Amino acid sequence: MTKNVNITINGQQLTVPEDTTILDAARQIGIDIPTLCHLKDTNEIGVCRVCVVEVKGARNLIPSCITKVTEGMEILTNSPKAREAREMVMNLILATHPKDCLTCDRNSDCELRTLAEKMGIRKVDFGAPVKDLPLDDSNPSIIRDQSKCILCRRCVSVCNEVQKVSAISMINRGISTTVGTAFDKGLEDSPCVFCGQCVNVCPTGALTERFQLREVWEALHDPEKHVVIQTAPAIRVSLGEELGEEPGTIVTGKMVGALRKVGFDKVFDTDFTADLTIMEEGHEFLERLNGNGKLPLLTSCSPGWINYVETFYPEFLDNVSSCKSPQQMFGAVIKTYYAKKFNIDPATIFTVSAMPCTAKKYEANRPEMNSSGYQDVDAVLTTRELGMLIKEAGIDWANVEESQFDEPFGEGTGAGVIFGSSGGVMEAALRTLSEVVTGKELESLDFKDVRGLDGIKEAELTLGGQKLKVAVVNGLGNAKKVMEGLKAKELDYHFVEIMACPGGCIGGGGQPRLSTPEVKQKRMEAIYRADLGLPRRKSHENPAVQELYKEFLEKPLGEKSHHLLHTGYTPKEK
Amino acid sequence: MEKCNCRNSQLSAILARYTGQEGALFNVLQDAQELYGYLPEEVLVSISNHLGRPFSEVYSVVSFYAHFRTQPRGHNLIRVCTGTVCHIMGALQILARISQELGISMGGTTRDGAFTLGSLPCFGACSHAPVIMVNDDLYGRVTPGRVPEILAKYSCREALTTSS
Repeated sequence: MTKNVNITINGQQLTVPEDTTILDAARQIGIDIPTLCHLKDTNEIGVCRVCVVEVKGARNLIPSCITKVTEGMEILTNSPKAREAREMVMNLILATHPKDCLTCDRNSDCELRTLAEKMGIRKVDFGAPVKDLPLDDSNPSIIRDQSKCILCRRCVSVCNEVQKVSAISMINRGISTTVGTAFDKGLEDSPCVFCGQCVNVCPTGALTERFQLREVWEALHDPEKHVVIQTAPAIRVSLGEELGEEPGTIVTGKMVGALRKVGFDKVFDTDFTADLTIMEEGHEFLERLNGNGKLPLLTSCSPGWINYVETFYPEFLDNVSSCKSPQQMFGAVIKTYYAKKFNIDPATIFTVSAMPCTAKKYEANRPEMNSSGYQDVDAVLTTRELGMLIKEAGIDWANVEESQFDEPFGEGTGAGVIFGSSGGVMEAALRTLSEVVTGKELESLDFKDVRGLDGIKEAELTLGGQKLKVAVVNGLGNAKKVMEGLKAKELDYHFVEIMACPGGCIGGGGQPRLSTPEVKQKRMEAIYRADLGLPRRKSHENPAVQELYKEFLEKPLGEKSHHLLHTGYTPKEK
Repeated sequence: MEKCNCRNSQLSAILARYTGQEGALFNVLQDAQELYGYLPEEVLVSISNHLGRPFSEVYSVVSFYAHFRTQPRGHNLIRVCTGTVCHIMGALQILARISQELGISMGGTTRDGAFTLGSLPCFGACSHAPVIMVNDDLYGRVTPGRVPEILAKYSCREALTTSS
């Protein structure tokens, strides 16, 4: 049992458990101490010193984010000494930081800028030259501007401790210290999987996605172009945060209404191809269960995970589902079936996808993603970029009229929606598989064992008399544990869902910053609310999917499906 | 590396020596540098794989310590002391003269591979300041004028530290 201790903060007495940090204790009574490098449970290393406070009897100022309270501690968060020190620290950080806030990608969304404002820094006293380091724009997903890096190490912690990819580390020493890859190469030449978790936690403009808004605007302004957009399941519960709504607000209708106003010719729902994925992947699983192919089947929706398995576990590539991700299936279907059905020249179609993800940008640029004869997806916007697009278009979000997705790909089921949260793909697959195998309707559609933010979830169930063991994994650090277990034959599953980002797509690298566990919880709850609110909750009942098979694809895993909806993987160098 | 398979087997011996040992990275790097004269990228990859430490972390350690090199070194290593006393006594002028004579800057290696120019914060020989070292030979009370004469002693000599 933890002991309680009595402390005083700014003259106010309180009792807190002994393992509480000064920072958390102060926040409990509404006293805010500024922090910068601190990221709860991920980066608790006290390197930036913005959070120092005065503790009576202590020789030095104490970093409040990493110091635990002790009995009788008397803390002053706003003493002249503490305030002066914090201002000095901020001054030193700002001294070499570029001052192009007006045109910076982060601008008003910048934690550093916000903190400087909050701390009343109005002048930077040092004449030091600002950092001028080369840009790393070696890849389609993430841009690193080390000039804007303040060495808080959040990105390094996320990459090394949470994702266990370890593409980046602190390199060099002293004034030359930067965040970098081995031999300071571009991310493209490192084991980086482009999950973007680093981008999501960066407090400044040092890490951003590669913006594609310009390409999208150009296409929208081109009268020759037929511009369609697909929106991923997870962004309907997070886009609102970019536009002033509370986390967990479902904004599907407003989003569609706004995108129509922005000028897209069609607004489609990626839920449609999530349902299509279930049809293909579900049948692929049954094939494998019948002895045709390796088990466990590993899901393939998450492009960060695909990059990871290609880099770190190439011996498992035959276990990975050959299904393309819903984004890529959509691109391929738009430029073939849709183009034909509506008599549109596929060369004039520009497909945009709005994704909670940075790795999706990498995926869309893969050379093999052109089975329609064109690049299947032309531009990928993150949730953050989608928010920018709506703002740039001058749309009054508060009063925007709700609208519905366009036919024929506006029809998505609850099974498609839950793809947005860890466990969703598994649950959607189980809903369909159970009914396809037994021919009987399920009594309850909720497979609650696979839901939630836990990193590794397991479930056992019976499918047509056969016992199945499945697992759901989110976050690459957890994926590593499971893959090592499979490699050592200590773990044995039939089917494993793996998402690169902690929490699944609701915690994607392209989501609004910061995706704290509390925020993710709210987004996840919203996903399941959205599922419950839909008339159809099983992928195989999606009438548009049924029609697509009838008119075009013929059957799951058929020849056309094989050509358009499936892909292969290549081992990558570390 | 293709030139010398024996060095690769020696590297394997080094790695084997430290297998399973906690905190072995620094020692492995030191031994490997002694073997190759520097730390080539592919050697660091082998070390990273063998110890099961991320490549970025291995490079992080290498880039932190001035002691480690990732570029091959010339046959002769000149080290100019840049400690406080030597600095006051004219270390920078010595450095400038050596740079001028050899046509290389700090950290560089002459095109013929004869010399690499480096510095160290203090040799502990302050009473002889300013001092320089060429390989294991110490020169005290160096003046810019003496630089050509010192360098001449080494220009034809073979490698001292990198040969195995």
